[in-house]
Amino acid sequence: MSINLTLIGQMLSFAVFVWFCHKFVWSALITALEERKAKIAEGLNAADRAEKDLELAQEEATKKLKEAKAQAADIIESANKRAVQIIEEAKEEAAQEGERKLAAAMAEIEQEANSAKEELRAKVAGLAIAGAEKILQQSVDIKAHEKLLDQLASEL
Amino acid sequence: MASGEQTSTEYINHHLTNLTFGRFPDGSWGFATSKNIEELGFMAIHVDSMIWSMGLAALFLFLFHRVAVKATTDVPTGFQNFVEMIVEFIDGQVKETFHGQTKMVAPLALTIFCWVFLMNLMDLVPVDLVPWLISLLGVGYHKIVPTTDPNVTMGMAFSVFALMIFYSFKVKGVGFIKELTLQPFTFKNPFVQVLIIPFNFLLEIVSLIAKPFSLGLRLFGNMYAGEMIFILISLLYTGGLILGLMGGVLQFGWAVFHILVVTLQAFIFMVLTCVYMSMAHEDH
Repeated sequence: MSINLTLIGQMLSFAVFVWFCHKFVWSALITALEERKAKIAEGLNAADRAEKDLELAQEEATKKLKEAKAQAADIIESANKRAVQIIEEAKEEAAQEGERKLAAAMAEIEQEANSAKEELRAKVAGLAIAGAEKILQQSVDIKAHEKLLDQLASEL
Repeated sequence: MASGEQTSTEYINHHLTNLTFGRFPDGSWGFATSKNIEELGFMAIHVDSMIWSMGLAALFLFLFHRVAVKATTDVPTGFQNFVEMIVEFIDGQVKETFHGQTKMVAPLALTIFCWVFLMNLMDLVPVDLVPWLISLLGVGYHKIVPTTDPNVTMGMAFSVFALMIFYSFKVKGVGFIKELTLQPFTFKNPFVQVLIIPFNFLLEIVSLIAKPFSLGLRLFGNMYAGEMIFILISLLYTGGLILGLMGGVLQFGWAVFHILVVTLQAFIFMVLTCVYMSMAHEDH
């Protein structure tokens, strides 16, 4: 247990081992560790960003959805309005058409009635004249009795 | 257990003797035996200390280098995890104590911590196991704990000291000389200041020199004492069944306690190195 060359040997090997550790062990390991640290930090940042993006996207989606709903409601409302309007228009038109048809029919009826009346009147006048002829047994001078016949006809 | 004819003193001495290769006074080189080991001077080398210390450092560097080569930024697994844990721990310790620019300090601290730890850990191997195995090969002495050899601990402490001096001059230049001479006693009067310089220098140089010695001897003392207690405990095994059982319990207890000492001493050596390097880099 005395001091001897071992001391020098240990100092030399110490120097060599520290140099080796510095050169081939420490730098590689610490580089890897630092790179990993950077990578993890980056990953965390990315996650944060993604979370924010997601939030924004969700907000955006909600907004879009709201807009779409509002738009749909608008469209439905206007469609309803338009439908009501069309129905009203149709009703009005139908009523007008009906009235028109009714008036035409009335006019036609009236006309028919009038012509029937005229015809009837003529026929009655004819009958009356024929009757009178029979009664009188003589021909009635149409010209002589025209006034009388017309008066008769108009009384019918 | 060594042969039965040994006395306790011989047994202890045997365990405390390194396998030494050196130059004898007659100029011949060779392995020392119990008869001529005292004749060896400085020109001798503790073969066992050197083999174990270099072997353990090589083991540590081999394992760490293998991880370092394959280290990626992916999720670490298994042993890489363990290595990274140690590296991060050392990095944290160094960053806490050392604020200079030198890139050397962290790998220095890592080497010291792992190396000293492994060397200390050899203390937990039963004291008789390796010497007995090696005696089967015909080798007389063997100490497997390099840190119980003052040459090893002082070698490391002197290396650290050399780095301290080197960086002190490199970073502070003349400031380092001033640090050694112009404090702790500072006077406004230049004449008195010059007079006090030798005294200041004496104080500062003592505190400077004390650093490597306290560093190396603290580790040596702790490990040597621990080893000694293991040897004493193993002496109990010769004392019959009861003492033998007691020895077993004691050995286990001391080994468990020693795990703490082993780690703590490695840690202290590492931290003090960082502190000394930090002192070398900073102006007062």
